[in-house]
Amino acid sequence: MIEGSFIEVKSLRKKYGGILAVNNLDFTVFKGDIFGFLGPNGAGKSTTIRMILSLVKPDHGQINIFGLALSRNRNRILSGIGAMVEEPRFYEYLSAYKNLEILSRLSGKQTNRKQIMDALALTGIEERWNSKVKTFSHGMKQRLGIAQAIVHDPELLILDEPANGLDPRGMKDMREIILRLNHEFGKTILISSHILKEVEQMANRMIIINKGEKVVEGNVQELLDAAVLDLRIEVSEPLRAFELLKKNFSAIVTRLESDDMLIMKVSKPEIPIINKTLVDQGFKVYAINPVNSLEQYFLEKT
Amino acid sequence: MMMPLMLIELKKVFGRKRSYIGFLALLLLVSILQIAMWVEGKTLIDMVTQSLKDSFVMEGNLLNGYFISFMLMNALWVLLPFLVTFVAGDSVAGEAHSGTLRIMLTRPISRTALITAKFTASVFYTFLIVLFLMVISLGVSSVIFGTGDLMVYRTSLSIFPEEEVLPKFIMAFGFSFLGMTVVASLAFLFSTLTNNAIGPIISTMAIVIGFTIITNLNIEAFQVVRKFLFTTYISSWMLFFDFEPDWQQIGISILVCLGHILVFFFSAVWIFNRKDILT
Repeated sequence: MIEGSFIEVKSLRKKYGGILAVNNLDFTVFKGDIFGFLGPNGAGKSTTIRMILSLVKPDHGQINIFGLALSRNRNRILSGIGAMVEEPRFYEYLSAYKNLEILSRLSGKQTNRKQIMDALALTGIEERWNSKVKTFSHGMKQRLGIAQAIVHDPELLILDEPANGLDPRGMKDMREIILRLNHEFGKTILISSHILKEVEQMANRMIIINKGEKVVEGNVQELLDAAVLDLRIEVSEPLRAFELLKKNFSAIVTRLESDDMLIMKVSKPEIPIINKTLVDQGFKVYAINPVNSLEQYFLEKT
Repeated sequence: MMMPLMLIELKKVFGRKRSYIGFLALLLLVSILQIAMWVEGKTLIDMVTQSLKDSFVMEGNLLNGYFISFMLMNALWVLLPFLVTFVAGDSVAGEAHSGTLRIMLTRPISRTALITAKFTASVFYTFLIVLFLMVISLGVSSVIFGTGDLMVYRTSLSIFPEEEVLPKFIMAFGFSFLGMTVVASLAFLFSTLTNNAIGPIISTMAIVIGFTIITNLNIEAFQVVRKFLFTTYISSWMLFFDFEPDWQQIGISILVCLGHILVFFFSAVWIFNRKDILT
């Protein structure tokens, strides 16, 4: 077992009929992580999450959670996990409170009224505690999805596309809730998302998978630093700047995008060096912006 | 964990309006038939007993609650499988379809415990449906029409004295519950196989109707298969109203029904424990 790991996935494989959904997947989530789980549609994210939650049986491989093998300690492990798998579904004819009451009772922990109301308050829907779920908007159901995941105070949260279908305001709120759960309440969080910007703003570690296989895993910042980014440089005399950069950084692909804009393919540590070169040569650098950092990285890797 | 799970499952069954459709349908049909018998019952009894009046002296109240109840049991027997299948067939597949099954199974409860709780809730619903039919057909009819000897025509005409009738009805309704539990168990088994409640309900009803046709058609070729069909046994409640009930046959029917229930239930447990939850 890897020291400090909360989730350890080893050689995981799952086949549906003739389709290989997950193949030889390994990754580790450490205590305290917000772990981004990225991949294009059909990459095998949901299948992996379902295997971690024991909804789907792996064909091969091992999953250890809290240092215990999932295959032999399912109930013990699940009592420490709160999960939201894809779009959260509830008993629509029951109130939000009743839904949480039922689900918390099934969690094997004594949950009182205050804990249920606290979970609803944290997710910002306490005023609608007694409303039937069928009257809830999509955004409110997403919030209730988080509430049901945290109501029994689990150590580990597994959130599959929690911001899916939310408007920008809803996405921001969701991000704040997740960050609060990690920073304030010490929850370890595995979050899958196709909204890459969200993961970039929340996760400290991440994995990218494609066609069921791991592409890359590691610290988000380190991966981004090592990644080659499109850098958009707004500068005075762009034509002369273009010639200078081509001469000084011959290994870097540079092109002139418009009258005042250059595009360079660089890694993050090279940005200040390029800036210094331009300034030293008397150019006025108006702006240097990396274009869609994680998104570009994701696209390159998948 | 079993007890809270069962209570939750019962809450879910009785928290849905559609669970009451069965009760409402029975109430409506029984009321209509009771009103019809109130209006036309005497004529019907006169027609049935017309040929007997030359040889026998008919005394007392033959159009009584027991007679009405027996008639209602015969008439509504075909409806009961629909009503129990409606809930049992929806039990697992309905939740798989709505996505609530996956949220339940992310909790630390064993799949066997969950499926057992769901099965128990379906059986309890079946019990309540049969009990409700008993109360409104036997109870209400006895209040409206009074009690008396029961005249029954099966292979021959039998008239049972009043004091023997109530135990017969209790045993008949008890057996009906067992028979309907077989149907509910089959629907429940199908419910674990799919992710849509319509499939189990239609499949169960197709099997019940198909087997019933084979059981009841007097065709020589069907004689061989008949004894292998559960529909031959689930309607054995009628045997209690024979002049001399065949207790051995009743015993066999009980064992066959119990055997079917156990096979259907354990198959459902086996399947559910191996099922990938993809909805």
